[in-house]
Amino acid sequence: MAPPTLPASTLAELSDRFLRDIYSIPEGEKIKVCLQCGTCSASCPTSYAMDYTPREIIAAFRAGMLDRVLRSNTVWMCASCYSCTVRCPGGIKLTDIMYELKRLGIEYGLYAKGAKAPVLSKEFVKIVDKYGKNDELLLLGNFYMKTNPFGLARMAPLGLKLFARGRLPLRPSKVKGHEDITRIMKRLESKEAK
Amino acid sequence: MEYTYYPGCSLEISAKAYDVSARNVARALDANLVELEDWNCCGATNYMSVRELRSFVISARNLALAEKQKRDLVTACSACYTTLNKTHRYMETNGKLKEQINDALSTADLKYDGTIRVRHLLDVLINDVGIEAIAAKAKVSLKGLRVVPYYGCQLTRPFGTFDDPESPTSMDRLFGALGAEVVDFSLKTKCCGGMLMTTAEPVALKLVRNLLDLSAKSDADCVVTPCPLCQFNLDAYQDRVNSMFRSHFSIPVLYFTQIVGVALGLSEKEILLGKEIVPAKRVLSSYVGGQL
Repeated sequence: MAPPTLPASTLAELSDRFLRDIYSIPEGEKIKVCLQCGTCSASCPTSYAMDYTPREIIAAFRAGMLDRVLRSNTVWMCASCYSCTVRCPGGIKLTDIMYELKRLGIEYGLYAKGAKAPVLSKEFVKIVDKYGKNDELLLLGNFYMKTNPFGLARMAPLGLKLFARGRLPLRPSKVKGHEDITRIMKRLESKEAK
Repeated sequence: MEYTYYPGCSLEISAKAYDVSARNVARALDANLVELEDWNCCGATNYMSVRELRSFVISARNLALAEKQKRDLVTACSACYTTLNKTHRYMETNGKLKEQINDALSTADLKYDGTIRVRHLLDVLINDVGIEAIAAKAKVSLKGLRVVPYYGCQLTRPFGTFDDPESPTSMDRLFGALGAEVVDFSLKTKCCGGMLMTTAEPVALKLVRNLLDLSAKSDADCVVTPCPLCQFNLDAYQDRVNSMFRSHFSIPVLYFTQIVGVALGLSEKEILLGKEIVPAKRVLSSYVGGQL
């Protein structure tokens, strides 16, 4: 695992941001009651593939090592199945915490080198911002071009089967009220800038 | 009964068979689905991973448009269902968030007060139409068809609105009432990997393998799901599971509306049968368009 290389001030800022954002979600303050029982990790279908399990995320945060978690594959292995969230005896919304960590990772540029999931999410946002809807073919095309162009060739046989069954889009469908969405986004941008 | 219908991006293309069968089943059950005019993407899990407020606003535009129609907003996609529901609930409990979202929406003359409900089509079928009423309208008995009711994650989690978050029974009861042999499937709400199939394929393939393996061991004729992503991962990636694990799975994966459609006597066209990668026609041939 890479040692923390963030300056202490950035790390402190990161921790503050994390807590502030988590507290702003409904019942977010319940993170304080985590007793490290590990129900979340045991319930998680992908924790076996994570560098740090969900329980360890909270332990790492308390130890001031949030940046290590962000730099690992951990949060991007979360498939948002919400098993941890419904089982946590303390009512902690682990899945929301995962989302928050994904966002912080993207914002601070802290994620594992070569991580594919942040690329997919960012490409998804670009498409939705542009068209108002997702376009599966465009999304996968852009994703593979950025992460693994050879992966496209590997996807081709499945792509052809889907195409033959009319399950691939020919062109992106655009929302009519797209200008509305652009206006809404501009408004948010101006607020965020403040 | 009239509802505002939100198809979502997947149902427009890759899960077209879900959309077609959902509309036809609803029509046959006198539940009128009126498509939401000019809906946009719900934001899904991906948008939420990048920008929080924006993803809520994107999602809330649909809620605001739907609220004008004063009807429940119904979707058949589990991911859209959870995302739209989450936006609705978080706006309800967080006044500041609601204010921020409505401020952004106001630039498009929209506002969401939270007066409608977001519902899954399965909920509508079970709780508004009712299992008995559906069974009474059935034209074909599903007797002898062994189905795995696979619910996936986001239908019942995190909110558990109309069924248990971990042990739901809606589809079990529905298919049972239609004559099918329903497998008591212990992995019914285990994750299929979702978008990890694209970003961490081996991890997701393993999850899908577990689901297919138990389905095969249960002698299932087909797996039935209320989620487009679950259908896609189990159906389109079955070949890849087979090559990774040297297995020989060949289990058709259907949308729950297709199975209900078969029972209601709908034709192959009306449930858009044949668009699945693992063909389902063989296991359904003696039922589709048949007689009770």
